[in-house]
Amino acid sequence: MSRIVVGPFNRVEGDLEVALDLDAGRIASAQVNSPLFRGFEQILVGRAPLDALAIVPRICGICSVAQSAAAADALADAMGLDATVNGKISRNLITATENLADHLTHFYLFFMPDFARPAYAGRPWYAAAARRFAAVKGEAAAEVLPARAGFLRLMGFLAGRWPHTLAIQPGGSTRAITAGERIRLLAQLREFRGFLEKRLFGDALAAVANLASKDQLLAWAAGRNGDFPAFLEAASDLGLDRLGRAYDSFLSYGAYGLFPAGTWQAGQGAAFDPVAIAEDTSRAWLATAQPRHPALGETIVDADKPDAYTWCKAPRYAGQSFEVGALARQVIAGHPLALDLVRRDGASVMARVVARLLELALVLPAMEAWVQALQPGEPFCAHGEMPDEATGAGLVEAARGSLGHWLSIRRGRIERYQIIAPTTWNFSPRDSEGQSGPLEQALVGLPAGEGAPPTVQHVVRSFDPCMVCTVH
Amino acid sequence: MKVLWLQSGGCGGCTQSLLCSEPRSLFDELRDAGIEFLWHPALSVDSGEEALTILEDCAEGRLAFDALCIEGAMLRGPNGTGKFHLMAGSGRPLTEWVTRLARHAKWVFAIGSCTAYGGFSANTPGNPLEACGLQFDEQTPGGLLGAGFQSSAGLPVINIAGCPTHPGWVVDTLEKAALEGVTTADLDEFGRPLLYAGELVHHGCARNEFYEFKASAEKQSDLGCLMENLGCKGTQAHADCNLRPWNGSGSCLRGGFACIACTEPGFESPGHAFQETPKLAGIPIGLPTDMPKAWFVALAALSKSATPKRVRNNAVEDHPVVMPAIRKKGGGK
Repeated sequence: MSRIVVGPFNRVEGDLEVALDLDAGRIASAQVNSPLFRGFEQILVGRAPLDALAIVPRICGICSVAQSAAAADALADAMGLDATVNGKISRNLITATENLADHLTHFYLFFMPDFARPAYAGRPWYAAAARRFAAVKGEAAAEVLPARAGFLRLMGFLAGRWPHTLAIQPGGSTRAITAGERIRLLAQLREFRGFLEKRLFGDALAAVANLASKDQLLAWAAGRNGDFPAFLEAASDLGLDRLGRAYDSFLSYGAYGLFPAGTWQAGQGAAFDPVAIAEDTSRAWLATAQPRHPALGETIVDADKPDAYTWCKAPRYAGQSFEVGALARQVIAGHPLALDLVRRDGASVMARVVARLLELALVLPAMEAWVQALQPGEPFCAHGEMPDEATGAGLVEAARGSLGHWLSIRRGRIERYQIIAPTTWNFSPRDSEGQSGPLEQALVGLPAGEGAPPTVQHVVRSFDPCMVCTVH
Repeated sequence: MKVLWLQSGGCGGCTQSLLCSEPRSLFDELRDAGIEFLWHPALSVDSGEEALTILEDCAEGRLAFDALCIEGAMLRGPNGTGKFHLMAGSGRPLTEWVTRLARHAKWVFAIGSCTAYGGFSANTPGNPLEACGLQFDEQTPGGLLGAGFQSSAGLPVINIAGCPTHPGWVVDTLEKAALEGVTTADLDEFGRPLLYAGELVHHGCARNEFYEFKASAEKQSDLGCLMENLGCKGTQAHADCNLRPWNGSGSCLRGGFACIACTEPGFESPGHAFQETPKLAGIPIGLPTDMPKAWFVALAALSKSATPKRVRNNAVEDHPVVMPAIRKKGGGK
């Protein structure tokens, strides 16, 4: 048995280290370390409640508006305020823009460059992958950045800018869209659809959205010219449809009114109960206590704690490790392709990537419909009073999965603010029962160490981790 | 120009913002200006050992690079150990890596307000993270590298402040350094490049007519000026946000919300709620910095009394309810 430490694990958002115990070239056990501490939960205490809207986006530069949306929901909950119809649509558009842009960034800039590694020089798809997906210098990087920047122009209209906007408010949005701007929004969506259909999929979005099984998916991809088909070819060749399985327990808070909240475990869906969440701190450099619901959570640094190995807490649902993200959302929403992939081989590198790109095909048409549903002239923001004493929760879906904010207000100030980010679920450490987090579980059995293929790289990045959120 | 980029106590948002660079794609723009990333944590292929080798070679002076770009606050705690951020795989504090690397850099760029001045990380009561900027602790010179630090080009740290930074601020500053160099005359007293910090956010604000007439927004989403009631600091904040649009056509003001002066050291703890304007006897405290207060008050009273009905009414709506009058040529009457 030997131990190796892998880091800095780059092309993820933030800093990540993975310690691997190896036995005969295979991973016997993994420990995931988030080596940076941010302290946002302490920064928020004592502030005016609405200050959270200015502070929480700065937790994360890639999930910035997801953080805004969770805070706005938690504050609206505390205020007993309901957003206007336009405000809700606007917010869906802003969060969907970020989520889809993140899926695109992850696929092209973070995930695919690993297929251009010289370790794969002998594979039949290598030359094309290296030309197209090499980091920074590949053909695709030159095409995807203008497509991404163009798509994010939606934020210039809807949110002022991205990242870090104050446009999302408990009552809706500060930015009323005019009739003329609706036309620009639709044009921008059309331009992005063009990129996705021409370059990413090589087919209409509807054709991708309607794929209902793994067999259909692979038959559709065979011989097709597009970056998603190119991924499927390489991933099939490398067996990535069978690697990276964690617990196959999934959680989603529900998104946009399109994808429902729920859980999925042992092949069965169930209703989501927010009371069943608790955070364990036994292996984090934080004071140890009984696992607590985040509404009562504490974050107290204990930097020299023996046996601790990360700044990340271990959130559990009904005491168990759950995986969150696009695959979880689509399995719980019952998308036949996501369900078929998971029922056959469990959650895998391929299934996670497929689910993310499937969301691009599913959500962009919804965005087009939302823009058409905006009613210029009707209010974009409702207004209400902030109570001096209240509690609230905001549960949203970021690109990477379920994001929750829990706050309490006392004497007009924030008394407690607790956050559970998506990667906190996926990259959680062991808990007091010794149960591993999803990534720790997914790494067991994989080849690693001297001379091993870059499998670990694919598995880690398949979760699209956001470490800066993790360690808020 | 070879650029080495590291991230620490921040959100990564300045890199995400940089990737929005327009009109040309960032990679094309930089390549043609002769700028390349030797290593960037979000973009480079090299991981783990490969990456550590590059960084160690740079820190030991064995591998040449020109620009050190740091994104995120320097976390010196707890108790000076730097353990709040040990760089993955190295077991060493990121602050130590930055100090070693800065010795070999021709230019050192602080990307974003966290890196420049400490940011939110430095704004927990009591600053338990012991967070600071590269060469400032909020407004006080010092920081990680010390007030006397100069890179080999003879310059202090260049602070491309903003939360996040605008992609154009970073690209233009890097290109200026690569093309013709940067001197202290190009920077303001907080080390910010004048190419963007020589303006105020107020310049070019689309709400200018409402400002002129002191026709103020009263609640979120109103079209009026956000200075009197909703906390806007555009008249004091150094940046060209309303001259150089964000994401095609945006800015905070165009997004309908207040400028919180995110390019200024200490913006994180303004001493009042971000979205409210503190007032004394009904008059906002934070008036334009270079205008006598009495004049401002007198002018405001005068312009309020002359406000057209269109401006007054539209200021408290989220869409125009009174259109500008149309001047018709004489002849009909």
